[in-house]
Amino acid sequence: MNGKKVVVAMSGGVDSSTAAALLKDQGFEVIGMSMQLWDYSERGARDTAGSCCSLDDVYDARRVADTLDIPFYVVNMEEVFSREVVDYFVGSYLKGFTPNPCIKCNDVMKFDVLLRKSMEIGAGYLATGHYARIRREAGACRLLKADDAAKDQSYFLFTMTQDRLKRVLFPLGSLTKDEVRGCAKKFGLGVAEKRESQEICFVEDGHYSDLISTRAGARHASRPGDIVDRLGAPLGSHNGLFRYTIGQRRGLDIKDGQGPYYVVGMDLPANRLIVGKEDELLSRGLLANGVTWITDGPEDGEGVDVKIRYRHEPARAVISRRGNDVRVMFSTPQKSVTPGQAAVFYRGEEVLGGGWIERAIG
Amino acid sequence: MKRIYFDHNATTPVQAEVFEAMLPFLRDEWGNPSSIHWAGRAPRKAVEEARDKVCRFLNCSAAELIFTSSGSESDNLAIKGTAFAKKSKGNHIITTKVEHPAVLNTCKYLEREGFEVTYLGVDADGMLSLDELRAAIRPQTILITIMYVNNETGVIFPVDEIGKIAEVHAVTFHTDAVQAAGKLPLDVKLLRCDLLSISGHKLYAPKGVGALYVKKGARLIPLIHGGHHERNRRGGTENVSGIAGLGRACEIAARDMDKETERLGRLKHRLERGLMDRIPHVKLNGHSEKRIANTANLSFEFVEGESLLLNLDMIGIAASSGSACTSGSLEPSHVLVSMGLTPEISHGSVRFSLGRANTEEEVDYLIEKMPPIVERMRGMSPLWNEAEKKGALIDFEKKSC
Repeated sequence: MNGKKVVVAMSGGVDSSTAAALLKDQGFEVIGMSMQLWDYSERGARDTAGSCCSLDDVYDARRVADTLDIPFYVVNMEEVFSREVVDYFVGSYLKGFTPNPCIKCNDVMKFDVLLRKSMEIGAGYLATGHYARIRREAGACRLLKADDAAKDQSYFLFTMTQDRLKRVLFPLGSLTKDEVRGCAKKFGLGVAEKRESQEICFVEDGHYSDLISTRAGARHASRPGDIVDRLGAPLGSHNGLFRYTIGQRRGLDIKDGQGPYYVVGMDLPANRLIVGKEDELLSRGLLANGVTWITDGPEDGEGVDVKIRYRHEPARAVISRRGNDVRVMFSTPQKSVTPGQAAVFYRGEEVLGGGWIERAIG
Repeated sequence: MKRIYFDHNATTPVQAEVFEAMLPFLRDEWGNPSSIHWAGRAPRKAVEEARDKVCRFLNCSAAELIFTSSGSESDNLAIKGTAFAKKSKGNHIITTKVEHPAVLNTCKYLEREGFEVTYLGVDADGMLSLDELRAAIRPQTILITIMYVNNETGVIFPVDEIGKIAEVHAVTFHTDAVQAAGKLPLDVKLLRCDLLSISGHKLYAPKGVGALYVKKGARLIPLIHGGHHERNRRGGTENVSGIAGLGRACEIAARDMDKETERLGRLKHRLERGLMDRIPHVKLNGHSEKRIANTANLSFEFVEGESLLLNLDMIGIAASSGSACTSGSLEPSHVLVSMGLTPEISHGSVRFSLGRANTEEEVDYLIEKMPPIVERMRGMSPLWNEAEKKGALIDFEKKSC
């Protein structure tokens, strides 16, 4: 174990590359690691630019490691990824949920498997290029939002625990994206101008339906059914519930001229897609399960801010805890509460914890 | 930091004598061997002299040898070249599950092109069943491609017997002898093969050169069309320096083989004994006798072979877990999995492959350094607490470049 030895999870993007450079600059003994998560070879040479973890990106990461003159390793984690992330992703859609694979990937791939590997090779820390901060206080580590509110990624990190936070560094937490690009340029990293990764890395061109059909069987996944309103009146038909998410407007084949309609729910047993008008998207609250807290968590009945999807302006809410389930009641109704997404609880800039949305309330 | 190289099955350094043999063709004799004028004469002569040397090494005639760019190209040319040439006779190919990717992926490609492939399994020792091979042969079988020595375990397949079986059934037989070259005698007459691949850089010659033996009369469709090089079977101006290097390397390999085999065998024994005596729960993979002298494949239970390799790398010891794949990642070994090892144990495997420059001192260094690493890794599950005591807690507020 060496407190000055840090493994940096390098994706080949500007953020993790700069994180590695900053740590090296501060005198750490830095080791780069890329995770090979998905086998692209069977698909031929598709352009995977714009997503993380493609072979091109591994190549970029290796180039950065060469520039920084640090050891670099690629670790094959395809098996775990397929089981823990891709299966979860497919399974969620088949349940009528909208999954968040990035949270799962952080939780399992980075801060479990890769963190363990880092410790196994004698590193004191694992660092990533996430925009979030860790405050290390006597007795507890606190996870905080990034200083750059536009880039804050703390939502994706709610599954962190004390054990993990102690061993993790987020070198970019206090920097803006522009500052990061500036650093990358200053350090002479070839990836300084590389564009952001936004796509889900294992989904081709945003067409997740192909993946789900392949994994689950097209007949099973694409079972056609009715589109109905809340009262059950038929308005049209759909070809597989997994193609829809709460709040979705586009892609609904409804020709009654009364639109626009939005997806407001799914009736899985009846294989029906429920649509409604915009105001029907509002909910007074939600139920979340699998909730974990980074420190002790808030008191029952305490007011917190809650974020129900990544790009959601946090809403005031009161929570009540029952084991790992939490009932959240908003101060003002919120739009498009989506089962499968995460509800993440904040007190000011601090992430208290979070869980998975089971269903909307009212 | 020490630099100890125990990964000779991945590649070998270019030997000084080989380098000397190559140098003239990188410097003064740069001509094109196909030229009719003075500039081409020395390079042409060098290529043909090297061909003679390789042919002596394999016991074949000059017309039966094609220079290629690599072992992979030799395998591709042998397998695709035969499959396409004999397409009208049948569409069935027999190979094993434990071949090098150059063979396995070529066979998979041919499956997509309409060929049928049987992949023979191996037993717990990594050995083949010849009865299974016999049973797999059909009237449509046009090619058997089975390696001589397994690159991961060092296990030796009975190529001569396979050759006999192929002969009886009049099926073309190719053997990937990349890992056998320099370690076992390679007499193509005794091995009874129609095609045999070797690679320069596993034999102390440089990367970028290989060769394929093609028995007189065996039909082959070329992969690289071009000029009249290599009797129209492989286009492209010859890699003269590489070929000269390969020729010299074969000469040296033949000269030193007996002596080296004995020396490496002793070293390997020291390594295996040393590690197994000092580390509990170590398993030797591969047949205990039918194995080449330089390769030791060991499974260390309860640890990840991958992390073990990284730890060894950090103290200057180069070893590997199997074949290095293009992305440089470490994958679970298809060879060990085929041998029926549990995923946990195959994940904990490390391959040490010894070579010319290795010494007893180096092996002793490994034997000294490795036990504490394995012990530490095995004791890591409740790793957090200990780590916490030692590692200084670090704060990252506002630290820019």
